[in-house]
Amino acid sequence: MNDLQFLTWVRGTGLDIAVGIFLLGVLWRLIEIYTLGRKKDLAAPRHAAGASGLHTVFRRSLPPPGMLKRSPVSYIGGYIFHIGLAVIVFLGAPHILLITNLTGLSWPGLPTQFIDLVTVVTMAAMVVMLVDRINKPVKRFLSTFEDWFTWAVTFLPVLTGWLAVQHLLLPYTTMLALHILSAEILLVVLPFTKLFHAFTLFGSRWYNGSANARKGVPV
Amino acid sequence: MQGPLIDTLARQGVTRRTFLKYCATLASMMALPPSAGRAMAEAMAAARRPSVIWLPFQECTGCTESITRSHSPTLEGMIFDMISLDYQVTIMAAAGHQAEEALRNAMLENDGKYLLVVDGSIPMGDPGYGTHGGHSFVDHLQQAAKGAAAIIAVGTCASYGGIPKANPNPTGAVSVSDIIKDKPIVNIPGCPPIPVVMTGVLAHYLTFGSLPELDAKGRPKAFFGETIHDRCYRRPFYDQGKFAKTFDDEGARRGWCLFELGCKGPVTYNACATVKWNGGTSWPVESGHGCLGCSEPDFWDAGGFYKALSVPADPLKLAAAAAVVGAGAGVAVSFANRAKKGAAKKAHQPITLADLEK
Amino acid sequence: MSASLDKVTQTLKEVIDAPIASYFDSCVHCGLCAEACLFYTETGDPKYTPIHKVEPLRRVYEQEYTLLGRLMKMVGLSKPITDEELGEWQELVYDSCTLCGRCSMVCPVGNDIVYMVRKFREGMAVSGHVPDGIRGATKRTVEIGGPMGLKWPAVANVLRKAEEATGVTIPVDKEGADYLVLLSSMEIVNYPEYIEALAKIFHKAGISFTLASDAFEATNAGIQIGASDLAKVIVTRIVDAAERLKVKYVLSPECGHAYMAIRWEGPNLIGRPFGFKVVHVLELLDQLRQEGVLKMKGMFKDPLILHDPCQIVRRGGVLQAPEALIRQVAENYIPIADQQKWNWCCGGGGGASAIHTEEAEALRAKAFGVKKRQIEEAGVGTMVTFCANCRITIEEALDHYEMNTKLLGLTELLAEHLED
Repeated sequence: MNDLQFLTWVRGTGLDIAVGIFLLGVLWRLIEIYTLGRKKDLAAPRHAAGASGLHTVFRRSLPPPGMLKRSPVSYIGGYIFHIGLAVIVFLGAPHILLITNLTGLSWPGLPTQFIDLVTVVTMAAMVVMLVDRINKPVKRFLSTFEDWFTWAVTFLPVLTGWLAVQHLLLPYTTMLALHILSAEILLVVLPFTKLFHAFTLFGSRWYNGSANARKGVPV
Repeated sequence: MQGPLIDTLARQGVTRRTFLKYCATLASMMALPPSAGRAMAEAMAAARRPSVIWLPFQECTGCTESITRSHSPTLEGMIFDMISLDYQVTIMAAAGHQAEEALRNAMLENDGKYLLVVDGSIPMGDPGYGTHGGHSFVDHLQQAAKGAAAIIAVGTCASYGGIPKANPNPTGAVSVSDIIKDKPIVNIPGCPPIPVVMTGVLAHYLTFGSLPELDAKGRPKAFFGETIHDRCYRRPFYDQGKFAKTFDDEGARRGWCLFELGCKGPVTYNACATVKWNGGTSWPVESGHGCLGCSEPDFWDAGGFYKALSVPADPLKLAAAAAVVGAGAGVAVSFANRAKKGAAKKAHQPITLADLEK
Repeated sequence: MSASLDKVTQTLKEVIDAPIASYFDSCVHCGLCAEACLFYTETGDPKYTPIHKVEPLRRVYEQEYTLLGRLMKMVGLSKPITDEELGEWQELVYDSCTLCGRCSMVCPVGNDIVYMVRKFREGMAVSGHVPDGIRGATKRTVEIGGPMGLKWPAVANVLRKAEEATGVTIPVDKEGADYLVLLSSMEIVNYPEYIEALAKIFHKAGISFTLASDAFEATNAGIQIGASDLAKVIVTRIVDAAERLKVKYVLSPECGHAYMAIRWEGPNLIGRPFGFKVVHVLELLDQLRQEGVLKMKGMFKDPLILHDPCQIVRRGGVLQAPEALIRQVAENYIPIADQQKWNWCCGGGGGASAIHTEEAEALRAKAFGVKKRQIEEAGVGTMVTFCANCRITIEEALDHYEMNTKLLGLTELLAEHLED
């Protein structure tokens, strides 16, 4: 297999398989998780929960009082790399084109140089987060193979994408193929690792927010 | 055999000065030091024309056209004269047994010294798919390769199998390098290849007695070192995120990047963007069409000419089925889970104070 | 698998639900919950990271309710929980977790970790790996009626004394009263002033109330240990009494987890909504304040800070009343940085204060460090709170650190300044 064939495979069969496993996994896991059900809360609510679940979905993205100071790396690093990833994925022209192709939705992208800069900053933030995971006793204590693995799986698409655009290390075609492949690996492992928080986070925040709202505590 | 090249050129009205200038340009194109231009000129001027045998296999003659049929007489065309083309079925006068005789003679007389040029791929599915004088192409190639000093695979077909090899590859087409393993081979891919690359390789061979430096795909690095995209005059538009969406929109008229229209420039290594075609007149992207990637292996099967590189090469086939299977698996697990939880609740025995003891 | 371990998994299988699943699948091991937990911040020991405290629960969830987990268990990649492990976790689940819920407030993916610990305790309870102190309290509550083994005659005695001190009659088993007043043993034994204060206030406001001789205890050690069946037995006494006496309201005492037990867990334990309302005493007092019934005379002059009990405020939703009330009587009330729903636990909630092993007491003293800093930073000599359990814990800690901070109960403070 030469590099162009490799690229064509990852753009064709590889993508087909990856998206397939991703969809399969996401649906399976979401149903598996959310059909476990929960008992109705019989205690008279202080307030009707209303949209509190939804409020928490958004509000929980902000650091609670004092927490930013206690764990600045987690928050600042976390913001940078999450926002960075979102900017790269949703505002990079080639990525928008892919989304357009798959969904029909389209919007304008940002200049390559800007995306390049965001990529470098994102990678730096991710490296800092990794170092923090190694250095901070709590994070190191909690870390399992999955934590290191998912870090790598998230980092590689960013790194290979950047290397491809910068023409570093390997010829562009090969690097582009590796980039797409690494993104496919990310898609494949996402439903089955902690990366699934990208989906369950909404449910978790919702549960937390609505349960607390019933008690009258905005969270 | 005629005399040194410079005499031939002089007879055609090319001055020594023009020739020197040409050699200097060629040297710079090949990223050789300026002194190499003079060396090249001297070597070529004095060179005895090497014998060249040109074998066409599964090809369309486009490569030959590209190199021989320039719109106006060019130096490339004249340099073509620096070789002694002893066998080229397409353009030679001889035919049939006469031609085969010429081939045999050339091979015998220049054994170990001649250059073998091949265009077209070699069918391996059935020897009968391609024959010359009752011999299969692969036999021809193997025979001719034996006495060759080096082989130049001209065009994508000879270099990588090209269009004949396109899926489903009915003839079992392969490239020269798939068959010949013990000779130096230069690939000059392109559909067709750029004429000056051919000249450059010949000039290098005549000057230094060796083939130019090649990349991993057997191409002269000097011409195939960079992608079309990197050298494209439309690149600034890519960087600014300005793309033509159709071939006749405002973006297309303004000359914006053709990435979204399927341009394969980013993954195509060739010199079109710098050398251009037809004596520097234009080249595909300049004429408003994306690069097809014709000089890359298997370009024909790279997911469609009009599909951007970042979109799926094929329509997703598994997605719908996978979603159904995933939902099915989820529902199955959820039924099992509910049954399990139900059973656990049913089997529940009230916890007593005794249970709190170890 | 031993019989008890089998029962643990059975129990956990019953209690694991969609939120638990969603929470476990959302955790990214960011460790921020540790920063919200006083047992971690004051010790620096990562094993006190809240989400780690429910690790065995996670394994049971994965092995029982996820396809991948089942496969992993089948091929031996995921090991079943062991009795030994649960033994190790006892300290993490009981000694070092007060169910204070601060972690649930900071978790960036929204995990309600206390909800998880509460559920995990159900399994821990049947494993028998429970602290002797809480086991004893549960036993006494179920068998005798209260965690301290207090019987009605002793309570009646205290009530009589309160009647003498206040000159107000304290009705018992009076049908048709508006309020059924619950007490916590700790108040009866250690802070009888609470009862006097309450009697005065009710009298002043002209509200009818009663106590029930068979349901005076509001606390529920069954919840703290994590045995819902036993918790149900305990809460049923109150419900029965309230329904028998046909009261409109059941008044929870200051005690934090008593409020949580009757207000939020109660209906879920008995499996039906209550026909009466559960009101925290501070809610009632604040209502009286707003109605103008609660008039004060003279102010408490010394600067003071408020300690918000977790189960009443953060986990209970009585957010505004305490501050509004303290401002009625305190001239120099100083709000602190982490207050109301962001308060720091005293270190003795969730049953922890009932654990009297040397390690648990040392840990509790250490965890009090954050409270100590709050007091010192505010530079006050007085702290007011409204939970008998917090008071016990804090007093123990003040002793331990030889601090001469004065600790007051909010209801009493109000009663003292009540206009006659």
